Amino acid sequence: MKRERGVRDQGQRRRMGLNRDLLAAICQHVQAAYPEETCGGLLGRVRGAEALAVVETVPLANVDQAERHRRYLIGPHDVLALERRAEAAGLQVLGYYHSHPDAPAQPSPFDREHAWPWYVYVIVRVEEGRAREARAWQLSDDRETFKPVLVNGSEHVAIETEESRCGLQSSSPPP
Amino acid sequence: MRIAIIVPTPLRQYTEGRDTVEVDARNVAEALSNLTARYAPIRRHLYGEDGRLRSFVNIYLNDEDIRYLEGRAETGVKPGDEIRIVPSIAGGVATALGAGQVELTPDEIRRYARHIVMPEVGLEGQKTLKQARVLVVGAGGLGSPASLYLAAAGVGTIGLVDFDAVEFSNLQRQVIHGTRDVGRSKLDSARDRLLDVNPEITFEGHQVRLRSDNALEILDRYDVIVDGSDNFPTRYLVNDACVLLDKPNVYGSIFRFEGQVSVFYAKEGPCYRCLYREPPPPGLVPSCAEGGVLGALPGIIGALQANETIKLILGRGEPLIGRLLLFDALRLRFRELRLRRDSECPICGENPTIHELIDYEAFCGVTQAESDLRRLEGEIPQTSARDLKARLAAGEPIRLIDVRESHEWDICHLEGAELIPMATLPAQLNRLDSTEEIVVYCRIGERSAYAVRLLQDAGFLRAFNLAGGILSWSNEVDPSMPEY
Repeated sequence: MKRERGVRDQGQRRRMGLNRDLLAAICQHVQAAYPEETCGGLLGRVRGAEALAVVETVPLANVDQAERHRRYLIGPHDVLALERRAEAAGLQVLGYYHSHPDAPAQPSPFDREHAWPWYVYVIVRVEEGRAREARAWQLSDDRETFKPVLVNGSEHVAIETEESRCGLQSSSPPP
Repeated sequence: MRIAIIVPTPLRQYTEGRDTVEVDARNVAEALSNLTARYAPIRRHLYGEDGRLRSFVNIYLNDEDIRYLEGRAETGVKPGDEIRIVPSIAGGVATALGAGQVELTPDEIRRYARHIVMPEVGLEGQKTLKQARVLVVGAGGLGSPASLYLAAAGVGTIGLVDFDAVEFSNLQRQVIHGTRDVGRSKLDSARDRLLDVNPEITFEGHQVRLRSDNALEILDRYDVIVDGSDNFPTRYLVNDACVLLDKPNVYGSIFRFEGQVSVFYAKEGPCYRCLYREPPPPGLVPSCAEGGVLGALPGIIGALQANETIKLILGRGEPLIGRLLLFDALRLRFRELRLRRDSECPICGENPTIHELIDYEAFCGVTQAESDLRRLEGEIPQTSARDLKARLAAGEPIRLIDVRESHEWDICHLEGAELIPMATLPAQLNRLDSTEEIVVYCRIGERSAYAVRLLQDAGFLRAFNLAGGILSWSNEVDPSMPEY
């Protein structure tokens, strides 16, 4: 099967801050949903043209009817509610996270077909019930590809596998 | 009249940062078209290539989804109305191929209407099928229904590997071939039939025996491999090549009244070797030619393989990865076994020892068994059907022993023969006289060769094998004798 390959446009890289506790909350949520996919919103602040900071993560319901083990869907009502919640808190919806159970933290063609521009999509790879890695992506303007977004300065965020914690540790990208 | 469109965050980069854009319009459709006329880059995010709103774009008129309003996009608007573009967020893992740039002709749209009308397939899914390339290994019992359904479903390119010719005994289950095709190459026959079912597809025939030196090159040209082979060397070869090439292998097998289906895809689950590390000793598991197979069974299993292949291409539903489906046609029962990836699997495990294709005939012991048999045949005294006929006609005293099973005996047997099934022969030696001349036969001369060896070892000096079995009798002496 064809895979997303090659990342174009290495010029302007967007950066996103996501602290340890927030990442831990995301991991806990996606692990609990395994083997189904699940999803949530990322609220935060825009700091300059290419820098974002996540302040709050909001677990959302995956309302996909048929195939929750490989699809997620957040309905318009939940999106609207999330935007209102962000507005009330003086924040913005920066993007969304979702899990890829037993699959790489890379956007699938299906992700690309359904993506919105500007939003940051955080994908967490969950293997056998354990969150292993998080990567963040943004759709290119021509909808053809995804550009990586740096999370805490890294393209790959490896997730520690101690029992209770779901901390983070930056690893360098593969050669 | 003047109304406001509320633009969601991701699209504000195209509206100079504005969250609200005012436009003049009479209805919702006009309002959106004025918006995209003013800010052209928004268009590709709201509308797909077919010009329709993308599935994840929701349009609300004063907090009411227009999908549920009368007249939908033609819904009229009044001053002060608010149109809101609300995203749905969707995505997920996909094994799907991209639909890419292909288009469907009006004929194709008519042909695939029953697919396109289902949202799980739709126009995009049908285009994905059209772009897909599937290789079916074997144009036999399983390959027949599998390739017929794949062609009918609009899989754009279907490759078929086979080197045999159509035989009369194939017709009981290999429904891609007809009576008029007997004697033709299976590929020619299959090509005609598939292109008749669907002239829109491309057919690629590979008139070869799949081997270690050509498998990677052939399989690599396809997205999904459907294994309809009938022997262990090919099954292990297809599995290993699929693992090495990262391709999904849609497996099916049939025997008598039982069938199995699974999808072996090492990227996402176990492979065939995780299930069966090694093949059974040669001869232990009889082939369909020896053991038989119910005619409709490959139809069921092959159609399931086509079903799984289409799902893999579309990236829809739950594929049979990590599950083995067992079907019992007599009891009409499906059972499912969960399969686990074997971390010590020699090809897809953590420390694989197989990094390239091997000699699968040797791995399955076939070459050894064949040379054993040839050596045995060389040592075993034998007689031809013609000689036997001549000597029997001359009234020579020859005792004829049939070592087949009783249901085979019922199909046909030689006049004057006695039935002593192979398994009962050692216990019935006392029925025979070690000094008389004995000719032993079976269907093709293999079982009887072992029988003669057994007689020799027991001191029978004048035991002979009928070379080629009762089949050669039918071919050379008596064409009225049924072949099976």
